[in-house]
Amino acid sequence: MRLEISSNRLRNEFVAKVIELSGQDINLCYQCGKCSAGCPMSFVMDLLPNQIIRSVQLGLADDIAKSRTPWLCASCLVCTVRCPKGIDIACVMEAVRQIALRRREDFIDPAGLERDTVAELPAIALVSGFRKLTG
Amino acid sequence: MDLSYYPGCTLKTKALNFEDSAIAAMAVLGVNLVELPRWNCCGTVYSMADDDLAHHIAPVRNLVRVAEQGSDRVVTLCSFCYNTLKRADLLMRNSQEKRDTINSFMDDEIDYDGQVEVVHLLEVLRDDVGWEAIGRTVKAPLEGLKVVPYYGCTLTRPQGVAIDSVENPTVLQDLMKVLGATALDFPLATECCGSFEIVSDPDAVVERAYAILGMAQRKGADAIVLSCPLCAHNLGQKQAEVADKYSDFTGMPLVYFTQLLALAVGVSPEVCRFDLSFGGVEALLRERGLIPQRV
Repeated sequence: MRLEISSNRLRNEFVAKVIELSGQDINLCYQCGKCSAGCPMSFVMDLLPNQIIRSVQLGLADDIAKSRTPWLCASCLVCTVRCPKGIDIACVMEAVRQIALRRREDFIDPAGLERDTVAELPAIALVSGFRKLTG
Repeated sequence: MDLSYYPGCTLKTKALNFEDSAIAAMAVLGVNLVELPRWNCCGTVYSMADDDLAHHIAPVRNLVRVAEQGSDRVVTLCSFCYNTLKRADLLMRNSQEKRDTINSFMDDEIDYDGQVEVVHLLEVLRDDVGWEAIGRTVKAPLEGLKVVPYYGCTLTRPQGVAIDSVENPTVLQDLMKVLGATALDFPLATECCGSFEIVSDPDAVVERAYAILGMAQRKGADAIVLSCPLCAHNLGQKQAEVADKYSDFTGMPLVYFTQLLALAVGVSPEVCRFDLSFGGVEALLRERGLIPQRV
C-alpha cells in the first residue's frame, strides 16, 4: 500500500479534534499491540485498536471514519489499564465516536429496535447503548 | 450502621433479585441500606470526552443528594452505577475548572466538591463488616458449591476506581470462601461480556458469552457469581443461543453474590428471588440441598 505522509495530513483537523476530545498524547504510542492483544471485541473489528491509534498518528481520517472499530469498542478499558505508555485508548475511541455523533451520524436507530428486543433488554443496556451509539 | 444506598434503574426492574437479597442480607449483618431520596439515573456510562461536562451532571446530582442527607458515603450494588458515580466524584475532586463549571450550572444545588465517598457493597463487606464477622454470621454454609467469580469491567477499571487489584482481584473469591463455597480460579474473571454492544451487535455478544460461559464450564464451575446486571443479562439471556451454536455448552447458572450471601446468613430463599436468575440456579441449589426441595 502506498501511503503519502505529509505535514498537512499529520496536522489535519480530524487529528486535532481527536486529541482535543480525548486529551491524549497519541504520539506516545510505539505500537506494542498490547491494547489489541487484550481487546475482547477485536475478533469483530476491521482495524485493531493499535491500528486506529496508528491511523490517528498518520492523520488517516477517512480510514478511521469508515472503520466500525470505534463502534464495537465496549469501553471495557482493558486497553487503557494495560497501555505501557499510559494512553487512554478507550478515550480515543470515545473521541472518534463523538466526532461522528456530533455530526448527527448515529450508529444505531433506537426507533428501529424490535419491540420484543426493547422489552427483553434491561434499562442498563438501553441507556448505555443509546448513550454510546447515538448523539 | 446506616448506609446511604443508591439503587439505579435496573435494580428496580430486572434485577430485583440483586436488590432484595442485598437489603435482606445486609440487615442480618447489621447494616441498614437506606435508599437515597429523589435519586436519578447515573447515566450508566461515564462520559470520557474532555469537553462533555453535561453528562456528568446526572451522577453529580446523586452525590449532592447524599450530601444533603448529611451522609459522607454512598454504597451501590450495580457495577455500572458504582463506576459512573465514582468517576464523576473523582472528576469533581481533581479538576477545579470542571468542578466550578458543573457547580455553577447546577445553581439550584449545593456545591459539590467531593464530600461523598462512593463505595461498592463488596468493599463494605470486606472493609467495614469484615470476613471474620461474616463468617461468624453464616448459618448455612454453601458446602460443595463450586463457583467462579466474575467481576466484568467496571469494578476494577480504570485503575483509579478499582475496588481491588486491577488484574488479579480476589474480593469475590474471598467472600465465597467465607460463605463456605469453593471458589475456583477463573482466567476470564475480568473479561468484558460485550456490555452495551448487546443493543447493536447481539451476535458478537453471543461469542463473548460463549467464551466466558464455556470457560466456566471447562473449569468445572457449578455457577458464575457476579455483580453487574448487564453481565447477568448478556451471559444469561443468550444462553439458549450459545447452546444452539456450540454443542459443548450445556448451560451455566448465574447468581449475584448477594443472593449467595443472603442464603448463607439465613435469609429465606424466597427473598433471594432465584426465580429471576438465569441459567437454572434455583434447580442447582435445590439439588445440592442448599434450599429446600419444592413440595
